[in-house]
Amino acid sequence: MAGVFASVGNWFNERAPGLLPFYRKHMTEYYAPKNFNFWYYFGVLAFVVLINQILTGIFLTMFYKPSAAEAFSSVEYIMRDVEWGWLIRYMHSTGASLFFVVVYLHMFRGLLYGSYKKPRELVWLIGMLIFLALMAEAFMGYVLPWGNMSFWGAKVIISLFGAVPLIGDTLVTWIMGDYLPADATLNRFFALHVVALPLVLLLLVVLHVFALHEVGSNNPDGVEIKKGPKGNRWSDKAPADGIPFHPYYTVHDLVAIGFFLLLAAFIIFFAPTFGGWFLEHDNFIPANNLATPEHIKPVWYFTPYYAMLRMIPAKLPGVIVMFLGIAVLFLMPWLDRTKVKSIRYRGLGYKIALGLFAVSFVMLGAVGAGVTAETIPVWFGAEADVTSIENLFGRFWTVVYFGFFLFLWIYTHFGFEKTRPVPERVTTHE
Amino acid sequence: MANDVVVDKGRRRFLTATTAVVGGAGAVLAAIPFVKSWEPSEQAKAAGAPVLADISKIEPGQKVTFAWRGLPVFIVNRTEAQLAALPGEDARLKDPKSENTDQQPDYAQNEYRSIKPEWLVLIGICTHLGCVPDFFGDIKPEPFDPNWKGGFYCPCHKSRFDIAGRVFDGVPAPSNLAVPAYHFVDDTHILIGVNPGEKA
Repeated sequence: MAGVFASVGNWFNERAPGLLPFYRKHMTEYYAPKNFNFWYYFGVLAFVVLINQILTGIFLTMFYKPSAAEAFSSVEYIMRDVEWGWLIRYMHSTGASLFFVVVYLHMFRGLLYGSYKKPRELVWLIGMLIFLALMAEAFMGYVLPWGNMSFWGAKVIISLFGAVPLIGDTLVTWIMGDYLPADATLNRFFALHVVALPLVLLLLVVLHVFALHEVGSNNPDGVEIKKGPKGNRWSDKAPADGIPFHPYYTVHDLVAIGFFLLLAAFIIFFAPTFGGWFLEHDNFIPANNLATPEHIKPVWYFTPYYAMLRMIPAKLPGVIVMFLGIAVLFLMPWLDRTKVKSIRYRGLGYKIALGLFAVSFVMLGAVGAGVTAETIPVWFGAEADVTSIENLFGRFWTVVYFGFFLFLWIYTHFGFEKTRPVPERVTTHE
Repeated sequence: MANDVVVDKGRRRFLTATTAVVGGAGAVLAAIPFVKSWEPSEQAKAAGAPVLADISKIEPGQKVTFAWRGLPVFIVNRTEAQLAALPGEDARLKDPKSENTDQQPDYAQNEYRSIKPEWLVLIGICTHLGCVPDFFGDIKPEPFDPNWKGGFYCPCHKSRFDIAGRVFDGVPAPSNLAVPAYHFVDDTHILIGVNPGEKA
């Protein structure tokens, strides 16, 4: 029997001699630092969610009808009549929100441990492109059920392009293929959501992983294990502080995946709309172009950027600030001039600034989701001027958000940061 | 023999450059059908045909909404009091003289932003992010404005417009509500989507 396996193996090896080295390079002989902590789970979890979205998405396309006349009722058909359709759809809709949960935590990990710094700038940039593609993918997916929030969300987001000088209105009509979000819009968003953007996403994910495997993973100590001593149990040339990704981290990650799926299952079974945060109430009403929902707001993962848009009292500057909020993240590797990577050995200024940045993100999210508009009358009395208090609050946190990047550059470029010595090897190498 | 040939680098560069230019031009031209395919189809354009609005039953102070190209078009029969309040608002507005010519045809670029003073015709889409503003026609204090003289209030982001669709200062909407092309067919009918003197 073993002989059969060996000869089949040889057969392949003679015809595709690159396969085995490829597998080794990325799995059994990819040496990852041995000191990964909790924050290092979110990359693999994002991959798990991606697989879930593709799998459930393929099955949803078997029942969904991408036309303005049929879309809403075909989603209801999936929910009520298709065997297990409700589960497949809730796996997809919950997966969308959890995708952003793990991606935001994954990005925050990068900020914590300086994973965007030399030599990993490309890993960060490709990651940011994934984030952009993911936002486009999520937005178009949200339009497909053709509920009233789908319609008005599409209208608001597409109208952002109307702020482009000179060609704005033409551009908006071109994107919609009509004078309002209509059948043509829904149909093309379907094509982009299920074919074009998933292809782009998959390609970018492959590039992200390849770029990472060229330079090797960072770790909570921000120590370059490739520059440290050589020789471990598996190889004389491999970094002493590295362990093979497979089987060590694959098995280790399975535990996190199991726990994550448990949480996801709880949401899917007991709180699929998550109180209106994952699926908004107004989206259970069919699209109606003559009746605006009382509060148009995007799903939670867009709310911090939506808040920036709303806090600026003019359209074009508002759109520019919103896009800058994302664009400035691309510049992280060049704004942060400190060579020390991990927050463990960085100055107090960075720790405080990063903390405030995280708070600003959550607070802007609350503004964008309308939480502050609901809370202000409770705190300041029914007579309170909600708009001006909300504007003050939202503008303050917008300034904090952008202030983080400005502070970071001044703090690191002019050498104000007092870092602590970085150890030679990862701290848990024994 | 082949080793004796001297490479003509200038010729090679020329061929490389011209091939790249021709290939690039071909790629751009090939993209045109795909880009153009996203424009409104003949079907969508036909559905955007003009709409005849019967205004004979609209009472003074009343607003009626018509659908044109899927857009809500507000037609308001303005009262004398509402018209009289218009000049007093100028100081609080972003563009009191309707100088932004994208927002109305030239025949509506006047103090009432209309052909006939009492008949207001507007596209009921907020110029901020495309919501439908609500009509608050009465001249009385409102929660969002104690000096309200009648007009439109957008529930999405609190933009306010006066009874001629002119935007107030200090709200997110950048410009006045748009006036569509329209003309009076007779005293009781307005054709939305066609300028005066134009053929439908």
